[in-house]
Amino acid sequence: MKIPLIYNVRSVFQRPLSTALTSLGVALVVAVFIGTLALANGFRAALTRTGSDANALVLRRGADSELASGLSREAASIIAASPHIAAGSDGRPLVSPEVYVLVPLGRIDDTTKVANVVARGVSQAAWSVRANLRIEQGRRPEAGRAEVCVGRRLLGRFPNTAVGDRLRIAGRDWDVVCHFSARGSAFESEIWGENEQFMPAFRGEVFQSISFRLRDPAAFEDAKRALEGDRRLTVDVQRESAFYVQQSQLLDRILRILAILITSIMAVGAIFGAVNTMYAAVASRAPEIAVLLTLGFRPRSVLASFLAEAAFIAALGGAVGCLLALPVNGIVTSTTNWASFSEVAFSFRVTPGLLLAGLVFAVVMGVIGGFFPAWRAAKLPVIQALRE
Amino acid sequence: MRYLPLVLANLGRHKRRTFFTIASVALALFLFASLRTVVTTIGAYATWGNVRRLVTANATGIVFPLPLAYANRLRAMPGVEAVSWANWFGGRYGDGKRFFANFAIDPESYLDMYPEVLLPPEQREAFLRERSSAIVGVRLLEVFGWQLGQDVTLQGTIFPGDWTFTIRGVYDVTDPLINDDMLMFHHDLLDERIDRAGIAGWYVLRINDPGGAAAIAKAIDDQFRNSSAPTKTGTEQEFNASFATMWGNVGLLMNTIGLAVVFAILLVTANAVMMSARERIGEVAVLKTIGFSDRTLFALVMLEAGAITLTGAVIGLGGAKLLYRATNFNAAGFLPGFDVTTGTLLGGLAIALVLMLASGLAPALHAARLPVVQALRHVG
Repeated sequence: MKIPLIYNVRSVFQRPLSTALTSLGVALVVAVFIGTLALANGFRAALTRTGSDANALVLRRGADSELASGLSREAASIIAASPHIAAGSDGRPLVSPEVYVLVPLGRIDDTTKVANVVARGVSQAAWSVRANLRIEQGRRPEAGRAEVCVGRRLLGRFPNTAVGDRLRIAGRDWDVVCHFSARGSAFESEIWGENEQFMPAFRGEVFQSISFRLRDPAAFEDAKRALEGDRRLTVDVQRESAFYVQQSQLLDRILRILAILITSIMAVGAIFGAVNTMYAAVASRAPEIAVLLTLGFRPRSVLASFLAEAAFIAALGGAVGCLLALPVNGIVTSTTNWASFSEVAFSFRVTPGLLLAGLVFAVVMGVIGGFFPAWRAAKLPVIQALRE
Repeated sequence: MRYLPLVLANLGRHKRRTFFTIASVALALFLFASLRTVVTTIGAYATWGNVRRLVTANATGIVFPLPLAYANRLRAMPGVEAVSWANWFGGRYGDGKRFFANFAIDPESYLDMYPEVLLPPEQREAFLRERSSAIVGVRLLEVFGWQLGQDVTLQGTIFPGDWTFTIRGVYDVTDPLINDDMLMFHHDLLDERIDRAGIAGWYVLRINDPGGAAAIAKAIDDQFRNSSAPTKTGTEQEFNASFATMWGNVGLLMNTIGLAVVFAILLVTANAVMMSARERIGEVAVLKTIGFSDRTLFALVMLEAGAITLTGAVIGLGGAKLLYRATNFNAAGFLPGFDVTTGTLLGGLAIALVLMLASGLAPALHAARLPVVQALRHVG
């Protein structure tokens, strides 16, 4: 027969301070667990959202990032003529040969601290190639003018980024004419201008990448084969989505390893705390346990009962941990993505799945910490315990 | 000190509890030391730099090259003693999973520029003589199990193609902040093989007077201001500092986690000390009856708490120091010079003292103020 859970719940509240301390210990571990993984999630989400399945990205063969790549005008026009490219509403191909450079911008709070920000020179079609783009304020840069559109995430972090301001890049002044959003993706940490304007200002007659909308997203392999097989070109063609996943991998892996490492060390400490608490609980309730066993409850039931108690204490902590971690959701932070060498701003992402993982993690800590004490309770010598 | 046996006996009564509590304090302080060291290592890098070295890079951004022709003009600047240059290569080895820095250098001037890089004279000669050779750091050699004299092939990402170098030298470093995780080869070779010849990624200059650094830097930037590639010159330390800021808010993140860790362990310790004290109310009453003063009883509980936290601290902090030193940890090349500083160790000990006070104070006061008659009723 099972021992009713209410017995454990009541017992737990008999020792409120001890329970609270143990639970809070677990809560902090869970909060750090959720917080650090929310950071990794936020970074990964920002990068994976950047790429679309419907788009393809062309780089020079062997280049592992846009920065390392270089494509000639000739290559760009060959690619633009590909039949695999979708046409826009105006009938022109949805293709954007792009200039991709990093420019140092001083931070707003301390302009001597410099971040490498992506400046991307795009074609007029680029605004349609990237489906998630929205102009939040102002108007698109016009062809032939030194105008730029600034990603939403740069606002407030770098000076001279408001609409109407003049931003100095590469020794020239650029009028900021709009702000854009891109569903939280890494594009929001970029400055966009016209490719023909950026070319002479930066690296000369060379594009870094070419993005286009696939006429048929399912026929990506055909497009890839056609372009990579073209003898006039030495290029790699990737799905835009796959490219950005790959760009996020290095830092994502570092962040995740760090999160797991830190939380597992903390978890061991919290488990020790649970072990102490549960041993004390078992020791102080030895007569009660003996009574339970005398009444005919099986040792197995006693074991289950104490495990449940430990799990309950931990679950309380888990719930508190979730509450503690929740406020980090949405906090914007930034770091350098070492795969592209550029600074990316993103927000912490606490997802329901992550909260659930935190709770499960808490219960697991409780069960591990409670096992040996519960085992002792189940093996209690009845006669001796009854005498106390 | 004559109460030491009593304290030890009390600690030994619940051996398991004492062990687990000490272990959690040790783990917490190990973690604290590790997180702090990330911050101090980045900080050390940001302030590191030889005062006699300047770095000149393209003002438009670090990814833009400078003409190789600047070398002579830089050398002619007043106050400049020596000039060297390098170019980021960005090659991948094998599957590319193990990242390491590799760049093209002007061999002789570069090795002269960095006396911190140690290369045996015969290896130096061999490297200088052979244009297709490279030198690698001791760590890199070990990581990949390479041998001196072996050919290694990198795939160029910025400069396409397969690049094969013969390892002619293995360098060590005198300063742990210099990465011993790099591969360097001849700039001439790069220049010869690529379409865009005549470029240098950045220049390193040695100046005769550290005091004149700012003036020399300004003179250089003024000279190139209206050229096709304007420059940005700063001390080596400024250059490193700008790299260190790329980590973003790592410091804040690490400190926040560290705080949570310490607080979590405070709870565990406080709980353990409290439990022990509660179980011994009767004993405390007996001790008081036979003449122990309130002050002594207070001290006994505090000493017990202190024994736990300080032992844990010594194990955790010492463990961190020894582990990172023994394994020569550098986070796969990202954090060269990763070493737990004395400041961190002292900070950890201070935390242990705070843990002692915070976890021991309430039970100790309780023991000291305990009314004897009432407490004696607990004695069975």
